[in-house]
Amino acid sequence: MSRLALSDFALVTCLGAGRAETLAALRTGRSGLAPCHFDTLPLDAYTGEIQGLEALPLQGEWAGFDCRNNRLAALALAQDGFMDTVAAARARYGATRVGVFVGTSTSGILQTEAAYRHRGADGPLPPSFDYARTHNTYALGHFVRDYLGLKGPAFAVSTACAATSKAFASAARMMAAGLCDAAIVGGADTLCATTLFGFHALGVIAEGPCRPFDIARNGISIGEAAGFVLLERPGAQHDSSTVLLLGTGESSDAYHMSSPHPDGAGARRAMAQALAAADLTPADIDYINLHGTATLAGDAAEDQAISRLFGNTVPCSSSKGFTGHTLGASGIVGAALCALAIQHEFLPGSPHTKQIDPSFGSNYMLDGQPTRISRAISNSFGFGGVNCSLVLGRAS
Amino acid sequence: MTRFYIEGVGLCGPGLDGWEASVPVLTGQVDYTPEPTNVPACARLPANERRRAPKTAKLALAVSTEACAGAGRDPAELPAIFTSSGGDGETINDILNILASSQRELSPTKFHNSVHNAPAGYWSIATGARAASTSLCAHDDSFAAGLLEAVTQMATTGQAVALIAYDVPYPAPLYAARPVGAVFGVALVLSPAPSAPSFARLELALQPGGDTPSSAAPTLEALRQTTPAARSLPLLTALAGGTATGVTLDYLSDMVLKLNITPRPPAGWPEPLA
Repeated sequence: MSRLALSDFALVTCLGAGRAETLAALRTGRSGLAPCHFDTLPLDAYTGEIQGLEALPLQGEWAGFDCRNNRLAALALAQDGFMDTVAAARARYGATRVGVFVGTSTSGILQTEAAYRHRGADGPLPPSFDYARTHNTYALGHFVRDYLGLKGPAFAVSTACAATSKAFASAARMMAAGLCDAAIVGGADTLCATTLFGFHALGVIAEGPCRPFDIARNGISIGEAAGFVLLERPGAQHDSSTVLLLGTGESSDAYHMSSPHPDGAGARRAMAQALAAADLTPADIDYINLHGTATLAGDAAEDQAISRLFGNTVPCSSSKGFTGHTLGASGIVGAALCALAIQHEFLPGSPHTKQIDPSFGSNYMLDGQPTRISRAISNSFGFGGVNCSLVLGRAS
Repeated sequence: MTRFYIEGVGLCGPGLDGWEASVPVLTGQVDYTPEPTNVPACARLPANERRRAPKTAKLALAVSTEACAGAGRDPAELPAIFTSSGGDGETINDILNILASSQRELSPTKFHNSVHNAPAGYWSIATGARAASTSLCAHDDSFAAGLLEAVTQMATTGQAVALIAYDVPYPAPLYAARPVGAVFGVALVLSPAPSAPSFARLELALQPGGDTPSSAAPTLEALRQTTPAARSLPLLTALAGGTATGVTLDYLSDMVLKLNITPRPPAGWPEPLA
């Protein structure tokens, strides 16, 4: 595929708002996970909750979009001058030529959960409930497109935990097919009872903070995040520090709705496709940001996939011990952390992971390390056996 | 303007039992009788998955199976684009009711069935498809969004794709806030080059600025207006009619998709078959 530039990116996770706070946490190994106060799960779960969203309602003309997910999206868009970069792109290309491709798994369903709790027995939902602009999967895309004043093609990708990674692939196709000249890519997923109780029902929520790739790992910690990228063709506005999207790879497991193929075959195909799209070989990759959610089966399958494709040399780590598993947003978080690693020459470690599973063959990093890298892979896998890998690289 | 070809159609809606049976209804040769949608069971799914599958998955499998059969394609070989205005309304309503109760104990199956891409997962398991699939949403404009994704996939890979659009209404109380009209699914097998089964050629253009969307026949217009996946009806009507025509589809309130539909000439396609 043609290389595309990540002209700018903005991110909010439980590590903080914006690139500086995120990078500082990665460098010092500070995890953002804490005991869950968001809801009352019947176990000692940790979450990556973003503090302060309650005090940031969307107001005025945006009030109809007000819900935790769109609030977090607005907070992410406000970081690091991202809105200004988008405004310049809008002026350069015209609003109809900038697309919006977002990913989310649960959008604003927290709003509907509250509406169901507050209705009387078999009563109606409150009149203030705004389905289209909060609950609907596209509500996030609708909000971001309007908030940024864009009028290009748009949709939401909702492929569970691979959603925001696959949004990159859709955006790249839209640009290659000439339907837009630039794209906002990213998304948001926020804490809600549906996912907290849903993953609890599956028995995959960790007691304590999650420990990816650890011998004693016992499940995920759910986090929340929003992040966005401006994707453009490389041009005069870019320089040697610009991070490029070099390739995308997508596959399906055809195996099980909520368990990965045990030998990681689908994950391996996604990574191999992404390398082929980037015209690269495994030896060209310097770092892998793993999906690594700390489930028994998921980490084992991904380790198999990495070991078979890359052997035991490429440094890799999961950032879920920092941010929690941010579900549909995990792809944009992974891409942003790879971009930070490339730009700031620092590979993140893995807080809470103490002893790597001795049966694993990949080169898993417990501690962060300063390293200059040229190219990285970000992995995202999800329910339904959906896999997506992105290859990102330094412009020069 | 992007050009592509239609090889097969699958249809399952109220009073629309499959594409072949629906052609005379769409062309007006047979009166339309709305009846509750009859979603067939999927023989392709293993028995345990068949029990667990939500209605969206059964619907998506029914229409994609019919479309692939018409196209003479093995579904396992086709990248697939799934698009829906809101996922499985019944599963989501069940989960919301349980979460609002004092028990708050979800079934693991209901939880994985609630994800927007559940039909894509069941489809992959049923057919053995290991190619990429994606699952999209653009509220009322989800069919148009899926068509755009299909067109860009064909343009960038040169391969045929399956586009599968479906809606399952929410029960009360969500129904009052979001009254989707009917259980409705449609699948199209699309190819970038003509082949033996290609029976129509489409040219698509994305046009900024609003325009009046094409309507369906008077008896079907209510279905088109209340059910996002049924916004495909003007296109389906044009395909059933077999005459050259244009169709305008709504997209995001400030854009439209313009489609030019050309049936296969009696002498066949002028260009070589793929």
